[in-house]
Formats: sequence, C-alpha cells, structure tokens
Amino acid sequence: MTRVIYVQPDGSENVVKVPAGTSVMQGAMSNDVAGIVAECGGSAMCATCHVYLDPSCVDLVPPVAEVEIEMLESAASERKENSRLSCQLIITEDIDTLIVHIPVSQV
Amino acid sequence: MVDVAISSKHTLPVTDLDPYDEAVLADPYPHYEILREQGPVVYLKRYDAYALARHDEVRAVLSDSETYCSGAGVGLANFYTEEPWRKPSIILEADPPFHARTRKVVARVLSPASLARLRETFEAEAEALVDKVLAMGEFDAARDFGEAYPLKVFADAVGLPPDGRENLLPYGDMVFNGFGPINERFTTRLAETKNSIEWIGNVCRRENLTQDGLGADLYKAADAGEIAHEEAEMLVRTLLSAGLDTTVFTLCNAMLSFARNPEQYALLSENPKLARQSIEEVIRYEPTFHSFYRTTTKPVEIAGVEIGKNQKICVFIGSANRDPRRWDNPERFDINRKVTGHLGFGTGIHGCAGQMMARLEGEILLSAFACKVKSISLTGEPKRHLNNTVRGFTSMPARVVAK
Repeated sequence: MTRVIYVQPDGSENVVKVPAGTSVMQGAMSNDVAGIVAECGGSAMCATCHVYLDPSCVDLVPPVAEVEIEMLESAASERKENSRLSCQLIITEDIDTLIVHIPVSQV
Repeated sequence: MVDVAISSKHTLPVTDLDPYDEAVLADPYPHYEILREQGPVVYLKRYDAYALARHDEVRAVLSDSETYCSGAGVGLANFYTEEPWRKPSIILEADPPFHARTRKVVARVLSPASLARLRETFEAEAEALVDKVLAMGEFDAARDFGEAYPLKVFADAVGLPPDGRENLLPYGDMVFNGFGPINERFTTRLAETKNSIEWIGNVCRRENLTQDGLGADLYKAADAGEIAHEEAEMLVRTLLSAGLDTTVFTLCNAMLSFARNPEQYALLSENPKLARQSIEEVIRYEPTFHSFYRTTTKPVEIAGVEIGKNQKICVFIGSANRDPRRWDNPERFDINRKVTGHLGFGTGIHGCAGQMMARLEGEILLSAFACKVKSISLTGEPKRHLNNTVRGFTSMPARVVAK
C-alpha cells in the first residue's frame, strides 16, 4: 500500500492508502476525494483528473506519455510543468508516499 | 462438463450460449446474469472463446493491453490465424508502440479542447430538433430524433457533404456486425452495403471534406508529418464507422430509458443540468456496445483459470455494467447514481476515443429536450435493430408533451 496525499487548493489534505496497480485517480474516486472528476474513467480522454505532481515525487513515476501530453491541453486549470493526468499515475509497490496537488477546477 | 483443451487449477464452466442468437441480442441481460453466476471466466463452446461477464475481470483485461492485445482483431476472428474480412484498423486494432502514434492524433482531434468550438452550433441544432418533434407531437424517437441529430451535427463536424448521409448508418452497421462471427447478419449487411462503402471511400478524401472540420484536422496532422496522408484518410473513415451508429443508438437508448422510467425523467425535466450525468447512466444501464474481444499474447491466469496464448477473450461490457458485485441495484436506471467507472466506452489505451464527442452530443440534446418537454411516452412497441455488437432501434413510436 502506498500513502497518497491529495493536497486540495485550500491546503487541506486527504491521505489515502492506495494499492499497487491502482491509479492515483482510482484512489481518489474510491475514497471520495474532492476535486477529481475523472469523467472518462481512466482512458486519458477527458482531462478531468488533472493533478500537479509534487516536485519531490517527480522521479517516483514514469515520465508523461505522448497521449497524456495531448490531453493535458484540454485541462481546465493552468497547465504546469508538473501537470499530470492522475489516471495515468499507477501506484507501484516501491512508492512509499506520493503527493499530488489538486487544481482549482477540472471542468 | 465437456472436453476443453486446457488444464486449470479451477473448474472452467462451459456454456452453449450463442451471444449472437436473435433472442439473446433482443434481451441479453438474463443470459448475462447466468454467465456472471457461472464464474469469472466461462468457456464459449460455440466460438472457442473465453467469456468475461463480471466487471472486475473485464476492467482488468481492458487495462492490460500488453497481455490482452487488439492487434489480432477486436472481433471474434483471430487475425494471427485467419484472414481478416477487412484491413485491420490502424488505431483500434493496433498495439503499442505503433498504436500511440495514431491514437495521439485522434485523441487531440476529439479532445475537449478541440470539441469546445462545436458547442454553440450543437446547441442551436438541438433546440431546433426538439422544437420540431414537439410540433409533431407524435414522432419516431429513433428515426426523427436519435438518428436525425448525429447525422446532422456529427457529420457536419467531421466536414461531410450534406447529400448521401443515409450511407453512414449501414456502413457502421456492417463494421459492428464484423466484430461478431461471419453469420448471416453480417454477410447480408456486407452484400447490401456495397454502394455505401463506395460513398464512404469518396467522402473520406481530403477534397471532399470541408476545410475546417475534424476530418481536415486529421489531414493537417498528416501535413505536419505526424501520420501519413493515407493514414489520415483511414482515420476519417474510422470516425465515420465508429461515430454515428453508436451515438444514434445511445440517444435511442436514452429515450427508451426515460420513457420507461418517468420518475427519472421528472428529475431531469426539473433539473436539465442533470443531462450530462444522465447520459452517463444511460450508457451504463443500456449500453450501445455490448461485447468485443481481446487476444492473449502469452499464457495467462484469470481468477485462477489458466488460458493459453493466442486465445480469444470476449469481454461483455454490457454485462459488466450490470454486475451486482460492482453496482448497487444494477437493474435500476438511476440518473443520480455515481456512475464514473462504467465500461460502456471500454477503458485503457483503447477506450473509446470519441467518448467526449458522444457526451457532448448526448448532454446537449438531452438538456434541450429536458428544458422543453414535460413528458415522453411510447405509443407502440419499439422495433429493435439487431447487430452482432451494438444495440439500438430502427423505430420507436413516441409522444411528447410540451412544458
């Protein structure tokens, strides 16, 4: 189990245990974490599960894929260098803690 | 138990079910329930394939494109051992790493950012269509509504000429029949669709498309060197085969679901903002797509059942969306349900690339309908359209009352 910390725009935190093989998006959905819409359910088609990866965690996950890069163009909130689609961030056993910041809006 | 050419730690249930039988296509849900209760994996004896009918297994297989590939065809036929009836699709039936190149381009063209420019036109057309059926009072919810809207707005968005669009639905019907067995339903459709195939071939050419549509966008990606120009043409064809029958049937299924559940329509009519989540629940409850296939790239074990390499796995998404292991009261149409994660558009790297277009069309038309229509009821028995893979209607006599 990996500890995923979802930091809301107001600074409050949701700390959730997410099993390996599950996406950061799924971790948010199954624990009712606010601010992740995930309309397409994980196909990298809707850009409504946009998060900012904490700079301390960038090396813990694979780099952004081309399909994800395209879709981030559709994100409702500002796109930054650390923007990711949380449906594409898959938890692996070697990650102890992952911190993501939730943007102001998703749609 | 009959002979099955595999060994397994767990018992593998076998079924004689023909998912493509007319009676099963007409009402597959009782059969899905039996499949789900038989086990997580059931051997489809008639077709030498393995059926998955529960949500978790279907999701897992669709999420693992390396183990369960699409390159051997997403229909029953195994392209590695059989001659495909048509040239495999360069996106739907392509595997990584080749898949990402075409997918990236199509995903961009159909992304929310790209589709945003269509909203205003789609809204105006939706309002006009709702006014039209209200003026008619009694209308055909399949032909006059479900078909009329995508044939206008989607075909316009792609950039098709106005004439000849009646060729689009038979063409899609042929393609979707092709994901099942080569049965009479498929061969009859194929034989009847010769002219449509020619028309489709023509309109996919750059010179026959408008210069500002989604089709032109695909050619612009070719100009930029991302794909070849012949590939752009093939991808326009993909938009046309995948983008019409599907949304048409989804709109028909929405009309049927609301006509049969007036208390749910009352909720939507009171609050048309529920249109977007309503269309999502329609796609869970009464999905358009019902089943397709993956092929194992190595020996696998699914829920304890061992399956060899190069075997066809049939994923019943229509059943996964009604799996009580995943959904509370799955047989209930409930537009307030938390429906994210249904499998009506598939999932994973091959999840429907046009799903945001489908949502846009569905939301806008349903919202316009809910704003103006007080009630909808059926005035006769709807006539189901039978297809090996998708479910919809050819006719649905209905009556609407204005607010």
